[in-house]
Amino acid sequence: MSVARYDAVVVGGGHNGLVCAAYLARAGRSVLVLEANPHVGGAAVTREFAPGFRVSAGAHLLHLMPKRLIAELNLSRHGLSMAATHMPTYALASGVGTVRIEAAARSASDGLTAADAQALPEFFGRMHTLAAALWPLLEGIPPRLGAGEWRDRLTMARLGIKLRLLGRRRLRELLRIAGMCVHDLLEEHFHSPLLKGALAFDAVLGTNYGPRSPGTVFTLLYRMAAEGAAGQGLAQPAGGLGALSEALESAASAAGAEIRTATPVQRILVDGERACGVRLESGEQVEAKCVISGADPRTTYLKLLGAEQLDAGFVRRITHLRTHGMTAKFHAALERMPTFLGIDGIPRGRVVLAPSPDAIERAFNHAKYGEFSASPVLEVVVPTSCDAALAPAGKHVLSAIVQYAPYQLREGWDSGRARFTDLILETLERHAPGLRAAVSATELLTPADIEAQFRISGGHWHHAELALDQFFTMRPVIGAAQYRAPVPGLYLCGAGTHPGGGVLGMGGRNAAQQVLREAR
Amino acid sequence: MLTEREPYYRQPLLRTPFHARMREFSQVDCFIPWSGYSTVDVFTTMEQEYFAIRNAASLYDLTPMVKYRIAGPDATRYLDRLMTRHIAKLPVGRVAYGIWCDDSGKLIDDGTVFRFGESEYRLCTAEHQLDWLLDSRIGFDVRIEEVTAEVAALALQGPCSCWVLRTLGLNGIETLAPFESRAFTLGAMTLLVSRTGFTGDLGYELWVEPQHAESLWDRLMEAGRTRTIRPIGSRALNIARLEAGFLQPNVDFVSSGRTLRNGTARSPLELALGWLVDFRKGHFTGRRALLQESQAQPLRRLAGLDVAGNKPAQNALLYADRHGRREIGSVTSAAWSPTCKRNIALAMLAAPYFETGREVWAEIYLNRELVWERRMVRARVVERPFFAPQRRRRTPAADF
Repeated sequence: MSVARYDAVVVGGGHNGLVCAAYLARAGRSVLVLEANPHVGGAAVTREFAPGFRVSAGAHLLHLMPKRLIAELNLSRHGLSMAATHMPTYALASGVGTVRIEAAARSASDGLTAADAQALPEFFGRMHTLAAALWPLLEGIPPRLGAGEWRDRLTMARLGIKLRLLGRRRLRELLRIAGMCVHDLLEEHFHSPLLKGALAFDAVLGTNYGPRSPGTVFTLLYRMAAEGAAGQGLAQPAGGLGALSEALESAASAAGAEIRTATPVQRILVDGERACGVRLESGEQVEAKCVISGADPRTTYLKLLGAEQLDAGFVRRITHLRTHGMTAKFHAALERMPTFLGIDGIPRGRVVLAPSPDAIERAFNHAKYGEFSASPVLEVVVPTSCDAALAPAGKHVLSAIVQYAPYQLREGWDSGRARFTDLILETLERHAPGLRAAVSATELLTPADIEAQFRISGGHWHHAELALDQFFTMRPVIGAAQYRAPVPGLYLCGAGTHPGGGVLGMGGRNAAQQVLREAR
Repeated sequence: MLTEREPYYRQPLLRTPFHARMREFSQVDCFIPWSGYSTVDVFTTMEQEYFAIRNAASLYDLTPMVKYRIAGPDATRYLDRLMTRHIAKLPVGRVAYGIWCDDSGKLIDDGTVFRFGESEYRLCTAEHQLDWLLDSRIGFDVRIEEVTAEVAALALQGPCSCWVLRTLGLNGIETLAPFESRAFTLGAMTLLVSRTGFTGDLGYELWVEPQHAESLWDRLMEAGRTRTIRPIGSRALNIARLEAGFLQPNVDFVSSGRTLRNGTARSPLELALGWLVDFRKGHFTGRRALLQESQAQPLRRLAGLDVAGNKPAQNALLYADRHGRREIGSVTSAAWSPTCKRNIALAMLAAPYFETGREVWAEIYLNRELVWERRMVRARVVERPFFAPQRRRRTPAADF
């Protein structure tokens, strides 16, 4: 049995794991990344789902990763380039019309009444101001309340100053809306159901919420805050999200990190007091001064570490973490470019099929009772419209994020899969007549598939529900929100840590900072 | 179910299988609730019952003691993660007194663990704990079920207790060592006997199926007749346990699961139960917090007090000086000890006043026919237990 020794071993080569490894390696640490799958990237991968057709298996747009992180890791030098940035959003409703939202320009939007057209930039302006004030909340390592460390006080002070600088009127507005549901907020500003549907969709995307669920303004602000720090609007990397992971891999390797794929970790090892390495499924042991897990909290704590190493109350909190996914991913191989009703020419943006907040709420109703939506709501992109290399010449791929698809489908996904696929195609056909006839292959990734293929317990994109009670000093749980596990020497860096999922990379960056801080 | 239950609003408390017998002996009709059951506080007078414990033989209905069966492949690992003692080292057929803590290292409760087999245990506690036991089960292959109603239990305590059991026909009972348990056959019943108790005296606890409860009671009362065996209530037991230096939950500490105020939960180190915490055995709930605490200067600790005079220092505030200028703690339990002829107490004291030999002052209020008097009484920190007769440990156990 070979025994190697590293400063840090990173369990899981998802984007956060790679970001963490890159930062640690750049700081001169010896780092080993262990990825179970044959390729790095976790859910941020570009995969062939039908012969010749490739698509981003998880998220299909890169709009939340801060430009500072991309710059610090020099990702463009490591091969990351954008096939499209500042992509527009088309909100479609068959028989109603189209609204085109230029989120980046925050103005030129067509298909709106004069009142809505005027209200939209105002709304974006105000929300972005509030979101920007919240960015320090998202950006840093959450403080440990009551611990009395100067660094924690500094974090709180920075946040306080940012909020105070908003001024009385805007701070009051932030406090008023932060816990609200997005439906009510949008009612205050807009008339067009289609516009409200598209905006509400962003607030509930990837969550277990409908637009009438409290806390959905918070999720919208979260998205806007991250988008603000990313600064390139909706963007699509050339080569899909897998290209991001390849760039991160290259950046980490160039900095000296060692990366091993197809190397599943079986156990995080604890030597008396501290995490001291990992045992691989092959039986091999790797020693390390610290272990950083990019896996979700449930997998990390209950499967890799084991409840035996943890206090019972902590384990209870981990098991109560809301980790059930509600979002499915749908891919279709197309013989020709689809034509969406209401979009002239090639759809070089994302298409949101969520006719109104009520329609989303109704779609959500089913999910509450273990059924998938009878009328699902979708975010659709045709990646080949900006990046032809993803499909054979002249052919196209379609990628859609579909809600709502509960992890624990009552009838089971064995029988539900075909029916749900059919429902999605039916919905697409309604908005893009002829699309169905052009489909040569499809792939549906339910939360159960996401769990199995990407080793995310519960199949939730954010590893754990993004909600006020699972955020900041409470993410994943109180007492372990500083990327530190209760077991010294073990850290978490995945989407289940602050600030959360959505291909931000901040979990990885902050975890690396925490590791470096403590080793000092 | 032990007895037919009326609607809960008519009979909110359960009755133990000894209830009918106890009612016959009860002269003052003084029943109190204990974890859902009705039990006896006093049968005749507290003093009479107390002296049965120390000078003869006493019977105490232990049935309300909450009992859990813990079994399964991971039972030992489970208990070692739950409790602070090293359970894997407990031999089959032995009993251990132990405690368990929450994540912050604060005491939840104490109890006794019986090891019946390689991975078969019984945990006995004064209060219901199923919630915490089930939470602690996550990640362990172990079954936990409450068996309180399936086991009737009596504590037979006092110098003559061994003699009574031998007279009853339990051959070899005198060889049973402290914290050992053994099964005996007595007519149609199988009787589990453990040399355990809450009195700090020679004594046994008897565990039997409920249908044999009355028969066991009758036979014990008959066997012990010439030794003036007597049923006792909780009040007399409380004096005995205080002499033995044992803690009473919700009197000397409040379970951390029940505290609402910050800083009122107590750690085993504060309760002077550090000897029950094994830091070398591997992880257990609360270990990290306790390790940290053990490396810092202690803030407070439970200690025994010998108080001047003969007025129990019940609930007394304690001071560093006789003028009561500096408050340093308070009394949790206090009584006049008839056997020691000392006025004893347990008290939570701030550092450094818990150290043996320290002099402190107790503020005692006396009710003189509704005229209240306040006394500042000198007290000294002393070692516990206050009373520890040799017969308690001697094996083979002696006759009296």
